Amino acid sequence: MTTGSFVTSTLRHFALLLISAFSLLPFAVMVSTSIKPADEIFSDSVRWWPEKLALVENYSEAFSAAPLMLYLMNGIIVTVAIFFLQVLVALPAAYALAKLRFVGRRVAFGFVLFCLLIPYHAIAVPLFILLYFVGLLDSYSALVLPFTISVFGIFLMRQFFMGVPDDLVDAARMDGMSELSIVWRVMLPAAIPALTAFGVFSVVAHWNDYFWPLVAVSSDSYFTPPLGVMAFRNAEAGNNFGPLMAAATIIVAPLLALFLLAQRRFIEGIAFTGIK
Amino acid sequence: MSLSASQNRAGLALIAPAAVLGLLFLIAPLASIFVLAFTDYQLGDRALNFIGLENFHALGDDPVFWRSLSNTLIYSAVVVPGSVLLGLISALLIDAGTSLRSFYRTAFFLPVMASLLAMAVVWEFMLHPSFGIVNAAMKALGLPPHNWLKDGSIALYVLAVIGIWQSFGFNMVLFMAGLSAIPRDLYDAAEMDGTPNAWDRFKLITWPLLAPVTVFVAITSVIRSFQVFDTVHALTQGGPNKATEVLLYTIYAEGFEFFRSGHAAAITVVFIMLVVGVSMLRFLSLKKNGASA
Repeated sequence: MTTGSFVTSTLRHFALLLISAFSLLPFAVMVSTSIKPADEIFSDSVRWWPEKLALVENYSEAFSAAPLMLYLMNGIIVTVAIFFLQVLVALPAAYALAKLRFVGRRVAFGFVLFCLLIPYHAIAVPLFILLYFVGLLDSYSALVLPFTISVFGIFLMRQFFMGVPDDLVDAARMDGMSELSIVWRVMLPAAIPALTAFGVFSVVAHWNDYFWPLVAVSSDSYFTPPLGVMAFRNAEAGNNFGPLMAAATIIVAPLLALFLLAQRRFIEGIAFTGIK
Repeated sequence: MSLSASQNRAGLALIAPAAVLGLLFLIAPLASIFVLAFTDYQLGDRALNFIGLENFHALGDDPVFWRSLSNTLIYSAVVVPGSVLLGLISALLIDAGTSLRSFYRTAFFLPVMASLLAMAVVWEFMLHPSFGIVNAAMKALGLPPHNWLKDGSIALYVLAVIGIWQSFGFNMVLFMAGLSAIPRDLYDAAEMDGTPNAWDRFKLITWPLLAPVTVFVAITSVIRSFQVFDTVHALTQGGPNKATEVLLYTIYAEGFEFFRSGHAAAITVVFIMLVVGVSMLRFLSLKKNGASA
């Protein structure tokens, strides 16, 4: 290695470590505070590792002060139900738009493109009124139903299906398969990469979503993880930071653990869906 | 193949569930926003009265609305350049070497994955006027401490920094995808042709070839920044004194705290026009360089 490249390499790492410090600082503070006893949190000196470890105290207080496991379960129920229903609805539609000729196909695809532009926040008020009149507010249905239709999923899968050779579809028809079984037995297996990307996108979006759950549910038995953190913070209005940071860690951990295990999948999934 | 009756039937049947749900949960709500905006509807009412442009006249006279609109634009004007530039710099720096690439990529992407709400609570603690690490650092550097979230002159910018923190990793990933599409031999050729300076090569090759990605990333960032809500709701509730009131928060307060649906719908119309306007730009930028889509 020449001195020049040694200098540039050092500069590169220096700059990147600086940016890493910015991006990782909140995580470090969160975890470090979650294992500190109160008197060390309020002390003037900054220490990353506590003198006296309060890990068990803080985490057990977090679990006993709020039903965190319930919030996590709700998060899993809601994200899984949403993704499952999105696939159930979007895949046949995407296949029809990509491979079948039917009356109104262009109009239908036009609607898909148009709806892609509208953030769901914009229609939250009427959705809320609709659920209010059918009496579904404050339920799992309220959290799941509005997201069963994903125009983004339809668009993404349609683009992917356009690239699947027609011969594959024709061969399946020759074998006497119905169009619906072609969707599930021919197209679905071919679409696993695109479906994974969409799954990452959907699960991350709905696990972390705050706006809609905040609007749609009010009893804490339906709280999703972000609502749970807020409920915890509001209940512990004092300065009980140790358990609060423990609760935040618990809520953030599942998705981050999945991400660390399958980074490439996640990053590619987000890049793929981001560029579309 | 001609339009066969059976294929027509199958197509309609397969699209039917999506069409029904789309009508119910997307088209009808969207249409009713544009109806509600011209009514005095309040949640729970069984009937509504059309009041013409009254909601919009009221908005025009409402200083909170103007504050909300200008705060949203200011927030966006800080977050977009910040997160695009930091995303680009990160991508270029990671791409410039071979060691620790995946460590840095993961570190920068972590904030994108983590629940913003949970991390907002952590930021609140970091920004705490007496025990926060930010003021501790200010003190160590001999700078005056601040009450970051309660000081109306800086609170919006503090939220913008959190916005940059949360989103630059997303932009980095898009830039890295763009960088990997640039053929390596272009750089070799440039070096042989007497462009030994990395900065010159950047200006000659990287920047022009990355331009379409940059436009796309910038527009996406604008749209995302217009939707800022979580940090505002969790940390400032639009305060102090409306200093961090942003459009989505105003819609939320009007629609779901005061239940003034008609009024909320009128603000939503403004919000939709902003987002759709910017999205049209994205559409055009994608059309112009279909390759990146």
